[in-house]
Amino acid sequence: MAKRIDVSGLNAYYGSFRAIEDISMTVEPRTVTAFIGPSGCGKSTFLRTLNRMHEVTPGGRVEGKVMLDDEDLYGAGVDPVSVRREVGMVFQRPNPFPTMSIYDNVAAGLKLVGTKKKSEMDDVVEKSLRGANLWNEVKDRLGKPGSGLSGGQQQRLCIARAIAVEPKVLLMDEPCSALDPISTLAIEDLIGELKERFTIVIVTHNMQQAARVSDRTAFFNLAAVGQPGKLIEVDDTERIFSNPSVQATEDYISGRFG
Amino acid sequence: MDISTTKDTPLPSTPPPPAAEEKRAARGATRPGDRIFLGLSRGSGIFLLVIMAAIAVFLSYRAVLAISQDEGNFFTTFEWNPTGNPPVFGIAVLAFGTIVSSVIAMAIAVPVAVGIALFITHYAPRKLGGPIAYVVDLLAAVPSIVYGLWGALVLVPQLDGLYGWLNDYLGWTGVFEWQGGAPRSMLTVGILLAIMILPIITNVSREVFRQVPRMHEEAALALGATRWEVIRMAVLPFGRSGVISASMLGLGRALGETMAVAMVLSSSFEINLSLLDPGGGTFAQNIASKFSEATEMGRDALIASGLVLFVITLLVNGAARLIIARRKEFSGANA
Repeated sequence: MAKRIDVSGLNAYYGSFRAIEDISMTVEPRTVTAFIGPSGCGKSTFLRTLNRMHEVTPGGRVEGKVMLDDEDLYGAGVDPVSVRREVGMVFQRPNPFPTMSIYDNVAAGLKLVGTKKKSEMDDVVEKSLRGANLWNEVKDRLGKPGSGLSGGQQQRLCIARAIAVEPKVLLMDEPCSALDPISTLAIEDLIGELKERFTIVIVTHNMQQAARVSDRTAFFNLAAVGQPGKLIEVDDTERIFSNPSVQATEDYISGRFG
Repeated sequence: MDISTTKDTPLPSTPPPPAAEEKRAARGATRPGDRIFLGLSRGSGIFLLVIMAAIAVFLSYRAVLAISQDEGNFFTTFEWNPTGNPPVFGIAVLAFGTIVSSVIAMAIAVPVAVGIALFITHYAPRKLGGPIAYVVDLLAAVPSIVYGLWGALVLVPQLDGLYGWLNDYLGWTGVFEWQGGAPRSMLTVGILLAIMILPIITNVSREVFRQVPRMHEEAALALGATRWEVIRMAVLPFGRSGVISASMLGLGRALGETMAVAMVLSSSFEINLSLLDPGGGTFAQNIASKFSEATEMGRDALIASGLVLFVITLLVNGAARLIIARRKEFSGANA
């Protein structure tokens, strides 16, 4: 179910500005890969190229190859809409649909795919909310608005919404940066459970978090402001945090810059 | 392994709840600037209420004078003869005409306005959206007398074809039956009113759609929604209450429109079930065409009809507020 991501020679642009340059890396299925690096290094931009969300930004453009198993996401005739159904995304700020109930938020993606039967829908909603460790907290108020939940609950609701459509890959763009430590812990635990079913890529500014949740870590950096971001190295998380092969990585994680 | 130097984002510490007297001090205006501003804003609010009350009292007083002398039933009589002996007049025809023409106008204008607003905010390239928005603004600036002239001189002569077509295909319903008279009917009034209220509904809807948070649209996109599905999932529900408010503004104008209606409608005191036959009237049009020649009694009768229009407007607005309030917790205002 989870799929491998294989990126080669990827460049992303905003208009004529190149935001990331020549990135090649592989993400194994059923692993958690963390992207770390200073602000502006292009890690979020790179994440958004993996489900073709980068191109919805005005001027956004991508060159290169992203293979999901043996399907090129940027191949000719590939519909970005169907890419996004395979590669789910969780954003920095929790963004449940404010006009929908908790139930409808989780069911939103299912309705797009065309699930009609109520019983089927009920099952998936429950399964997804359980999968996001939220079921027990909301099972008595599924009809209430999702925006009434706490920030951490809202973020888990967004995760439930993303996994309800059974994506192959789950992208998370700093999912805990707007949350308190308790909620953060809940999300981190959840990531550990979700990686058994999905390929997970997470952007984080919190290096302890990267160390806690990820199997592999990719460090991004940029030469100077206005220069494109580059992938410096990607390796097993343990190795990145103990004995990275590039000096810049060590400088960054030890807090000497960035 | 050296990751201890990085910092977690500190939790903002919540201040202790202020004591009761502190709260009162915070609420009360203590500085001169605060006091002046409080006085000004409170004064404006009260001023508005006073004006509304004054209008209501004036209308009611004169209306009661007229209605007490009315020998017909004020609500059901199909006649307007306040100077007769005995005076007989009723608002049935006017209420029917006002509501029917406004409903037609809304039925045409709201979908078109929402469509234009969505096009400007979500479909049109920026180079095209700006000019379109500007043209819509221009439409709002055209005086209603000009709409009336255009309606009478340009629109009415063009409508024979549409009327014939409606009669051919939908004439059997009775509602679209056409006897072949000049197309100065309720449908024409509705079409003209629709054009007149289009700009206000479009503008307000446009502003609401523009305020839909980008993150909600991205949430829908990331789920694999197409452009239309993004609009259906994120934009329209978020803009719903705004569109209702916009429509109410438009409806207010349609209900009260005077000159344009008077210029295109061939009025009479009868109710036509067919929208295509000339005849009927609206409150505002009736007041405008009768006021200048009316006697004291005639004016009071017209004012009584104005009071009914006032009440209808209040009821419609109240109903709209109820609709908005009913789904308040889902409005997105708390997101």
